[in-house]
Amino acid sequence: MRTEDLIDRLALDPPPRFGFGTVFLAATLLSILVAGVVFLAVIGVRPDIGLAAESARFLFKFVATIPLALGALGVALRLSRPGMAAGGWRLVLGAVPVLLATAVALELHQVPASLWQSRLVGANAGFCLGLIPLMAFGPLVLLITVMRRGAPERPALAGGFAGLAAGGIAATFYALHCPDDSPLFLAAWYSAAVLLMGVAGCLAGRRFLRW
Amino acid sequence: MWDQGLEQEWAELMRMALAGDSGAYRQFLLCVTPHLRAMARSRCRTLGAPDSETEDIVQEVLLAIHLKRGSWDSSRPIGPWIGAIVRNKIIDALRRRGRRTNVPIEDVMDTLAAEEQSGGLTQLDIDSHLATLKRRQQDIVRSISIDGDSIRETASRFKMTEGAVRVALHRALKSLAQLCRIQST
Repeated sequence: MRTEDLIDRLALDPPPRFGFGTVFLAATLLSILVAGVVFLAVIGVRPDIGLAAESARFLFKFVATIPLALGALGVALRLSRPGMAAGGWRLVLGAVPVLLATAVALELHQVPASLWQSRLVGANAGFCLGLIPLMAFGPLVLLITVMRRGAPERPALAGGFAGLAAGGIAATFYALHCPDDSPLFLAAWYSAAVLLMGVAGCLAGRRFLRW
Repeated sequence: MWDQGLEQEWAELMRMALAGDSGAYRQFLLCVTPHLRAMARSRCRTLGAPDSETEDIVQEVLLAIHLKRGSWDSSRPIGPWIGAIVRNKIIDALRRRGRRTNVPIEDVMDTLAAEEQSGGLTQLDIDSHLATLKRRQQDIVRSISIDGDSIRETASRFKMTEGAVRVALHRALKSLAQLCRIQST
């Protein structure tokens, strides 16, 4: 086919109805909805939520998970567009491990060493490792589906951040249920579950985000 | 990468195109094509690929720009966006080529003569290759590549948009090419 003919034909196609940013935002909101529905259907809010809401340890969980979700979403969006670097969202995401390390240090300082192990192991580590990925699955599928409309230069990397974002959304909901509030537990088990989603996202990206 | 005034003009045309102005879109594609061609050609030359490959790459880049045009953030410069797409497609094309050509001649000398004799595809080959595609893709490839109908005729016959036919054809040919590559190695 001659290149001019190709151009003539391409020009006849109507433009996409929504911009990529709009579609990505819609997928994000839908992801939160889907994770929320699974959360309410499967586990729900912990019974002592009123009391917990006054504890700094409980509140800190969201100080870690919400920036994680936001930062990873922002980076995934930027990496889905050719010619764009990760930008400022990287810093939001990068703040999460720093916050977490600080909280762990404070916890180790405040709590006697004899309690470290029980805080770390918590009440339901297995639950955490199972439920976060369960709630993150829908969001990851949604985000990867939408990112196929983008054009990530590094598909596996972009997919990985989508995975972290899905994990972050799920972890935020899970934190409302989980009775373990220690930063030690957070750093060990929440991180493991979220990183697992990051790896899943990488694999999904490599498979589905090539163009 | 390109002259700033030029990029601004492209961005303006693309903005109009995304708002639905097909004339502006055509203008945009016509304007960028010579630049894409220059980039593809110089890349092919430095890497020792034949010039004939250039036009294939240009068309692939145009198709990618077309399919991914929603991913351009219209508040940003368009140059880096186009540049990234060109880079991606050139790497793609050269990787494909690399797989075909980076074979020492000694390895294939014995089989060269044999291969030449069985050069063309028989009807049986065509049928068995086509059978690996989805039903609709088979119809489209048959219609365009074998019966020689135009995209427009094919589109109206299958009640699809021309864009959809083009995309389906592109994907089908890509998977056929992949199949041939697997079988020939």
